[in-house]
Amino acid sequence: MDSGFMHQLLQQLINGLSLGSIYALIALGYTMIYGILKLINFAHGDIYMVGAYIGYVCTTIFHLPFLPSLLIAMAGSAVVGMIIERIAYRPMRNAPRIAILITAIGVSFFLENGMILLASPQPRTFSSEFSASVYHMGGLVINSQQIIILISTVVLMLALTYIVNRTKMGKAMRAVSFDADAARLMGINIDRVIGMTFALGSALAAAGGVLVGVYYNSIDPLMGMAPGIKAFVAAVLGGIGIIPGAMVGGIILGIVEALVSGFISSTFRDAAAFAILILILLYKPQGLFGKNVREKV
Amino acid sequence: MNSLVKADIRKLGIAAVLFAAIYGMLETEIIGAFWELNLVLIMINIILATSLNMINGYTGQFSIGHAGFFAIGAYMGAIMTVKLGYDMPVALIVGTISAGIVGFLVGLPTLRLNGDYLAIATLGLGEIIRICILNIEYVGGASGLMGIPRLTTFPMAFWIMVAILFFIKNFKNSAYGRACLAIRENEIAADTMGIDTTRYKVMAFTLGASFAGTAGVLFSHYFFIAHPASFTFMRSFDILTMVVLGGLGSMTGSVTGAIVLTFISAALSDFPEWRMLIYSVAMIVLMLYRPQGLFGDKELSLQMIRSLKMGGKKNDD
Repeated sequence: MDSGFMHQLLQQLINGLSLGSIYALIALGYTMIYGILKLINFAHGDIYMVGAYIGYVCTTIFHLPFLPSLLIAMAGSAVVGMIIERIAYRPMRNAPRIAILITAIGVSFFLENGMILLASPQPRTFSSEFSASVYHMGGLVINSQQIIILISTVVLMLALTYIVNRTKMGKAMRAVSFDADAARLMGINIDRVIGMTFALGSALAAAGGVLVGVYYNSIDPLMGMAPGIKAFVAAVLGGIGIIPGAMVGGIILGIVEALVSGFISSTFRDAAAFAILILILLYKPQGLFGKNVREKV
Repeated sequence: MNSLVKADIRKLGIAAVLFAAIYGMLETEIIGAFWELNLVLIMINIILATSLNMINGYTGQFSIGHAGFFAIGAYMGAIMTVKLGYDMPVALIVGTISAGIVGFLVGLPTLRLNGDYLAIATLGLGEIIRICILNIEYVGGASGLMGIPRLTTFPMAFWIMVAILFFIKNFKNSAYGRACLAIRENEIAADTMGIDTTRYKVMAFTLGASFAGTAGVLFSHYFFIAHPASFTFMRSFDILTMVVLGGLGSMTGSVTGAIVLTFISAALSDFPEWRMLIYSVAMIVLMLYRPQGLFGDKELSLQMIRSLKMGGKKNDD
């Protein structure tokens, strides 16, 4: 193994890590919503897009600095997520699963096409305020955006872990995802908990959206489709419904994609994600972190 | 002659009358070129929707990767006519069979999964098929396979559709179809009653995939081109929406869903930016107020209309 190879490997690992942390941020929302409602929220990728657009408006039009923009985007998307849950998903609580799934697809189309109407289908570029300063470390290239992504992701994940494990709302969320009926009997307001879950998941996705906007410098109304599906793959990979699983799954997926596009071909990048999905579903459908659940008759 | 055969002949008669009426309007140019194109598209969508209904509606397996099989049919058919110089019948047969083979190979391992996991796996497989096609230079890669002759005619599309509808109708009423329905109702119970669930699930999946392949051949030989962008998961969602709109498990429902949705998107084609928005709102509203689809799992029949006329009185047959 020559040093050129090692060098490229490390470089791809760095790229994969930053891409993977964005997948992880989106995957967290998927996994939380699935854990609580057993719903594949296909509109989640589009919440991420909405977050990126709010971030764009804050930074490029109102010239706000990065941190306030990030927080506004997260808050805005949290509200959007709660509204969607209230209007589209709550009336469907007892409907057949496939009907809820179709509704989610409908919401996803609605957000995409609504944004096309609002902001035109043309891609937009983030203002160059965060122009990348590039650091060279032993021949490896790291830019400041990758560092921002990594730091933001770590902070957000710590915050989420704190909320889920240490607060009353987090305890309620865990209770509802464990057994919704029992939680209701214990006096937990399920509607509020579910709304809160959507808010949290949407805020994380929005953070991912803003970070991607800063990283790739370009956003468009359909940007959520592919990452949305791939983040779901990441959630399944880690074990759907399990929060640390989504974090690890996202990062593994990002690294695999970076390696495939670095060493094989970038056109096979997407196929790699789906190949992982099929393999994990066939051999360990409960995911890397999942427990085996016995089927009850 | 038993009553089933009589009913079939009557339905065939209705199809022939319908065909004569539409064909007459096409020949006298009452229906223009734009609507002729959409009529063929409706036929293709009906084949896609009813074949997906075999998997999702009858057998209760949740597949959302139908566009992948559609793509295989489109490309295999086009390879036969463009690259190898065969005729349309050969293209149709090869397209159908190759989509069926892929469906079989894909179905065998994935149908062990159920519910959401199967949905995501089929979605992923559909995308893998598309990405593979995207990377094969022989079929044009990302720019698509061009120069396909327009060999699909309206009569051809119509009668192939009728044949497939008859096949699916009879499949549902056969022992195989009953086994599939039993699996949908309760897989474990069906298994206990001695039904080889894997066999019937794979059978329904393979048949559904092959009909999607047939639709693909018709599609690529009508629109001159087979392009990877036509076969994204958006297409799969479109087909799924038609099935669910009409009512999962209802063949007449799938036909209605395909007609209604193709018609709506054609009628709104002058307002492309509003089209998808209206479409998505319609989808959400329909699911909120009628989650079982227009017909539920009932079939639209004269009996149903008769019972409606009788003031909604229950009419047990």
